[in-house]
Amino acid sequence: MAWTWFHRLASPPHVYALATRLTPWFAWPAAALILAGLYAGLVLAPPDYQQGDGFRIIYVHAPSAWMSLMVYVTMATAAAVGLIWRMKIAHAAAASCAPIGASFTVAALVTGSLWGRPMWGTYWEWDPRLTSELILLFLYLGYMALRSAIDDVQRADRASALLAVVGVVNVPIIHYSVLWWNSLHQAPSVMKLAKPEMPAAMLIPLLMMLAGFTFFFVALLLVRLRGEILRRERSASWIREALTG
Amino acid sequence: MFRHGIQATHLQLWRGERHVLDEVDLEVRAGEMLQVTGANGSGKTTLLRTLCGLMHLEAGRVLWADRNIYDDLPAFHSQLVYLGHEPPLKADLTAHENLHYWVGIRRPLSSTDIARALERVGAGAWGEQPVRTLSAGQKRRVALAGVILFEAPLWLLDEPATNLDADGQRLIGGLIDAQLSAGGVVIAAVHQELPVGGAAPRRLELSAA
Amino acid sequence: MSTSALQAARLILARDLRLALRKRGQFVQPLAFFAIVTTLFPLSISPELARLREISSGVLWVAALLASLLALEFLFRDDAHDGTLEQYALSGQSLTWLIFAKTTAHWLLTGVPLAVMAPLAGLSLGVPYAAVLGIIVPIALGTLVLSLIGAIGAALTLGVRRSGVLLTLLTLPLAMPVLIFGAQATDLAIRGASFAAPLYLLSAMAVLGVTLAPLAASAAVRISLE
Repeated sequence: MAWTWFHRLASPPHVYALATRLTPWFAWPAAALILAGLYAGLVLAPPDYQQGDGFRIIYVHAPSAWMSLMVYVTMATAAAVGLIWRMKIAHAAAASCAPIGASFTVAALVTGSLWGRPMWGTYWEWDPRLTSELILLFLYLGYMALRSAIDDVQRADRASALLAVVGVVNVPIIHYSVLWWNSLHQAPSVMKLAKPEMPAAMLIPLLMMLAGFTFFFVALLLVRLRGEILRRERSASWIREALTG
Repeated sequence: MFRHGIQATHLQLWRGERHVLDEVDLEVRAGEMLQVTGANGSGKTTLLRTLCGLMHLEAGRVLWADRNIYDDLPAFHSQLVYLGHEPPLKADLTAHENLHYWVGIRRPLSSTDIARALERVGAGAWGEQPVRTLSAGQKRRVALAGVILFEAPLWLLDEPATNLDADGQRLIGGLIDAQLSAGGVVIAAVHQELPVGGAAPRRLELSAA
Repeated sequence: MSTSALQAARLILARDLRLALRKRGQFVQPLAFFAIVTTLFPLSISPELARLREISSGVLWVAALLASLLALEFLFRDDAHDGTLEQYALSGQSLTWLIFAKTTAHWLLTGVPLAVMAPLAGLSLGVPYAAVLGIIVPIALGTLVLSLIGAIGAALTLGVRRSGVLLTLLTLPLAMPVLIFGAQATDLAIRGASFAAPLYLLSAMAVLGVTLAPLAASAAVRISLE
């Protein structure tokens, strides 16, 4: 009986229970921060002197872009932990991160494109940051595709973990390559806000949204992780108690 | 003369949901042979590959010469030869060339060494033909020539007598006898007993998970 | 007495080259693919050399990239299938080093011929003779980096059914920096300017690739053998 889950280091029932308990602690603050941040950003903050009201999409675009990158780093870290210490939970966490990160990336691309319309006149302009986001989306898709292509769960975990680690090493290289490529061919991006500094009235809502998105990510991760654990442990004995108790 | 033995204690290994190796223990001393039997899917191949150090053990240890193999895997690998289900031969190379490249990565071989080994397994006549043209039994003999060329103390063989005729069975029996006399260790996964002389081999029966 | 690492690498190179000589068809395919793809552009855009010259760098590089990806599929496939890869892992030699040797052999058999063929395709797209060096050298370096990075993807997708598209999906994002700098180098050469800067960056990537990629690829091979 002891062997049933000994080989699954870092006991999944424990993590499952913990995730269930912690979720509201992240979900409610996330809702609060996002609602407050949206109100502050869309209603309270003054219009930008250059871009008028169009800049307000930054309150969704910037946090999405930031999260898309942060989630990838989190995913790669979890993958590395799983690879080095052979912890199944870490692999489950990495698997849970991927769709969330991909969604943030799509959100960043869509909002970035919508932002570009009034600014550039077109929905797409091969702006270096959006192009990097697009490549990041391909990295996420590749990770998820590799996972689903390998049937054996253990091998899928380890192979995709290695891919995530290789990807995270490449992200800065890709980012700077794209930046360099773009600087050769085009005028600087209009996506920068009135530099050198953003007034507090604009910055605070942005930070609130960023914090809100982070809490949102953790809440989502916990929910997905629970689902992932259930899927992987479906034949284990503790599942029945956990679901009915 | 070889003098080391292999020990495995409390091996535990899972493949997905299946508990393939459950508290497997074995010990084979220098000059001894272990025949591993069991139904298809009982984990014979997995056990052999675990003893090679290719698989990840959840628990248990494998010791060679009283040292944990994971302390220095490359050194351990230099002491063994593993022959899987399929002979690792390239169809477009000749038997001679195959052995030259396969074994050569472990130890340098001269053309005479290879020719002698091919003679010993009865492959002298067709050693210079592309492996593509050989029958399964002939390929198996070439693979056995490779095994002896490694000159390794530890042999891990997965169903080595597959496709061999009666003469081939005698051949493999003779090769194993020679290896055991030299103090080597032979662990073979088999469906049927191999005809080896000398002391009766140890046996290990694996049951399906 | 055991074989030295250098001799082991030499054996792997010798074997792969000898096998390629006997199975020539496999290695002609990427070259034929490259030729066909470069033909598609004049057919779909315009036969005017002036127009083609504008896009020739991109065409050559995209075609070379895709042809290399095609070739990557058989880097490990046969060896994994007949158990040779397993024997490498059990040889007592450093698997990283052996994989580096295999990848180098692969590059010599696919990347270098592509680099030599590319100027011909380039000339057909209106590239001036003076730019030939700016095609061969960057493509030779670029395909080397591609072989190294692609080896990781090839090892990760071992045993996956119909892995061709998946391999492409995994390798292309990682190969984009190579494409950016390589195509830039060729483009500068076509315009008659010095292409030293992007070439240095490409060389830096090659150095990074040579040192790190075989490590990742050998880890991926071990994962596939578990």
